[in-house]
Amino acid sequence: MRAVLSALRTPKGGIAGLWLVLVALGAVLAPWLTSYAFDIQDLPSAYQGPSAAHWLGTDEFGRDLLTRILYGARVSLSVSGISIGVSVFAGMVLGAAAGLIGGAFDRAVTICVDLTWSFPEILIALILVAIIGPGIAGTMAAIAVAYLAQFTRLTRAQILAIKGETYVEAARSMGASNLFLLFRHLLPNALAPVLVAGMLATGDAIILEATLGFFGLGAQPPTPSWGAMMAAGSALLFKAPGIIVLPGVAVAVTVVAINLFGDALVRALDIKTRPREG
Amino acid sequence: MLLSVENLGVKIGAVQPLEGIGFALDRGEILGLVGESGSGKSLTALACMGLLGLIGGQRLGTVAFDGVVQDEAGLARLRGRKIALITQNPMTALDPVQRVGEQIAVVARLHLGTTPAAARARTLDLMTQLRIPEAAAVADSYPHQLSGGMKQRIVIAMALAGEPELIIADEPTTALDVTVQAQIVQILGQLVRQRGLGLVLITHDMGVVAQVCDRVAVLYAGRLAETREVGDLFSAPRHPYSAALIACIPREGMAPGSLTGIPGAVPSVALYPPGCRFHPRCPRADALCATTPPPQGAFACHHPLEVPHG
Amino acid sequence: MLDYLVRRVLLLLPVFLAVSVVIFLILHLIPGDPIDNLLKVGSGPEARAKIAAKYGLDQPLPVQYGIWLWGVLQGDLGTSIITRRPVAVMIGQVIGPSLALGGMALAISSLGGIVLGAVAASFRDRWPDQLIMGGVLLGSTLPSFWLGLLLILGFSVELGWFPVSGARGWASLVLPVATIAFGGIALVTRVTRVAMIEAASRDFVLLLHAKGLPPRRIRLAHVLRHALMPVVTILALRIGWVLGGAVTVEYVFARPGLGSLLIKSLSQHDYPVVQACLLMLAIAVMLGTLLGDITQALMDPRVRSALR
Repeated sequence: MRAVLSALRTPKGGIAGLWLVLVALGAVLAPWLTSYAFDIQDLPSAYQGPSAAHWLGTDEFGRDLLTRILYGARVSLSVSGISIGVSVFAGMVLGAAAGLIGGAFDRAVTICVDLTWSFPEILIALILVAIIGPGIAGTMAAIAVAYLAQFTRLTRAQILAIKGETYVEAARSMGASNLFLLFRHLLPNALAPVLVAGMLATGDAIILEATLGFFGLGAQPPTPSWGAMMAAGSALLFKAPGIIVLPGVAVAVTVVAINLFGDALVRALDIKTRPREG
Repeated sequence: MLLSVENLGVKIGAVQPLEGIGFALDRGEILGLVGESGSGKSLTALACMGLLGLIGGQRLGTVAFDGVVQDEAGLARLRGRKIALITQNPMTALDPVQRVGEQIAVVARLHLGTTPAAARARTLDLMTQLRIPEAAAVADSYPHQLSGGMKQRIVIAMALAGEPELIIADEPTTALDVTVQAQIVQILGQLVRQRGLGLVLITHDMGVVAQVCDRVAVLYAGRLAETREVGDLFSAPRHPYSAALIACIPREGMAPGSLTGIPGAVPSVALYPPGCRFHPRCPRADALCATTPPPQGAFACHHPLEVPHG
Repeated sequence: MLDYLVRRVLLLLPVFLAVSVVIFLILHLIPGDPIDNLLKVGSGPEARAKIAAKYGLDQPLPVQYGIWLWGVLQGDLGTSIITRRPVAVMIGQVIGPSLALGGMALAISSLGGIVLGAVAASFRDRWPDQLIMGGVLLGSTLPSFWLGLLLILGFSVELGWFPVSGARGWASLVLPVATIAFGGIALVTRVTRVAMIEAASRDFVLLLHAKGLPPRRIRLAHVLRHALMPVVTILALRIGWVLGGAVTVEYVFARPGLGSLLIKSLSQHDYPVVQACLLMLAIAVMLGTLLGDITQALMDPRVRSALR
């Protein structure tokens, strides 16, 4: 917690944190912030540029773009946040078990992890969505599995590194059980790097969600997600570039903010190198 | 004087881990620089080599080589050619992906302008002088294929390859086995006597100091405690810290359990106490020591030990 | 070294078998029966059985696997259920454009990333470093399909320099390669910079300075050389990424390629084609790691001794 505060006090971390809070608030308070609905079409006012009535203009069905971006933030942020949360939890359990138990179990986990890790996340996600079926649930499952390898790998490496430390050996020689060691020494020390990696991966997951949406496999219309909005906009690229540019800017700025904040957090926590270079 | 250092200090950011260091060294002389870990010995070495930039430090005071005061650029020109460095850990001192012979030969090519063939011959010659058996085979090895003692000889050969006049050896034996330590110390001592080199020998081993050094500078917490001829220091230390260091050397005929340590540890830079920096650990300290830094001189102490009579 | 090579290649065989089993099994987990796509509406069970028999889908799984693997080893990847063409031919048509795109993107990413990473590390925390790292941040956060679309908008539509889509000629490669390389350069730059900074803090670098070697020579001949080892490892791992990860860019630029063929056949439940695509990607990944290991051994004598 103290690290988060000190990360917020750096200029980059502060601005990034402010943007993230704004986006989160915008997503939560969307119904109260705008008088437009995200799904009601108003064909006469289609393809408008920015104006006092529509700050960012309207899309091909005359819907207010700012409204759709705010509602899109709900889908994009919650989908990526929840799926990464699930992925971090599962990865920690799997990684800790592999690191602690060792032996054949460890080897099996490592092989699976290395195998998935060699394939791009987007490809794994696309295959999984093909198996599970398109939609928000499929997207979440796909993202969670696509990033599972990363967190398993990281937790296992952390556990193995700490396991070799003298004080853990000492505790073990005094008869501490595996479970006691896990909760007393290993997990608390492995937590910070894994959580920071999770935070940074949330940024990547927003992009992955957008990409799946762009393929038409994410949230289904009329639910607005940033990816789905860009998918719809790509057909109108030449006619109304704003429809695709704006959600893209929202994605880019949010992901940049997550990265900047994550970097500030890494510095505040004094974690040696960025964990995702793995 | 080959090397004379006056009022040398080091600033790293806002902290000043080293200050007011002064000593001089002539050809054919060995100066011991002693003190516990964290007393500023290695920083002194880096400062004399003009290498503080690598750790983001800034040098204060003057370093003069052969009577000429040198700035950082001047020291950079002397490095490897006139002043050579031997570092603490031979395990990590060599580039692991380059053959060791090449690592020695490059110095000769760079500083003496010799042809590759002549540099190679000089390399093998140096290695033989340092009593490395089968020099040609060793020269074609990679560092990980050699033992620690062998690697340290390579590092020494590397230092000698540019025909330097001054060698700064930063704890050259710490990482080695005791038997190998004695050999390396002996080799260094011979080099000084035979070639008329100046050697600054940084160590925390008072036994080594007694064995080979001519003069000793005792460092404590970034300041000089005492600078003396080696015989004087051991027979009549004036600074309580020097006396305590000497008392830590095991001697023949000592009663079991009579070897004493120095209570406490060297404070880190941020926690340097006011007054004499040794006073929290000093048996002779009083109120004056806690407030006023001692005067500089051969020994920096308000209450020096008496010179024993006879 | 030759000894090691032989052993390392032999080691790939069990991995290849394991991967082929996994790929085969994944495919049979996908819900949806490919036969449904082939049957005319209202066909009876006899028609279904006939088609199942024709594609071997009525056999038990291990037998199907055996038949498939035997074919693969002879270069016969089967026949597409949807297009009724030999899968080997379909793969052959897309592998060229895929390799061209992936190879170019990998080459430019490595070259650009290593140069930029080295520059950034040399000017650590000064303005060139901050500028480059700003670009890196952008490169790793812009969605590639979005970047691709903007490039089309700018360079194809407004300026008319490059074709909007397709895979005819070198001009059609420029924008897709640029799109992938933007993210690729960002990744390689970041890894190179961190590795250079780490290598520069090693003990032997201090001694190189003490030997009086010129700083530029130390940076290029020693620090960069050491920094390249982790970079090579990452690049080798990314060979699979470059081939398969291009799927988004292939989609945006309407280019034929392994990734887009895979996604298309996956949605059509065209098992033989999906299997072949996944197998190609797995082989690329395995060759990538092999190449990485060999490069590593060539660059580092410690790795070579560990092999003996």
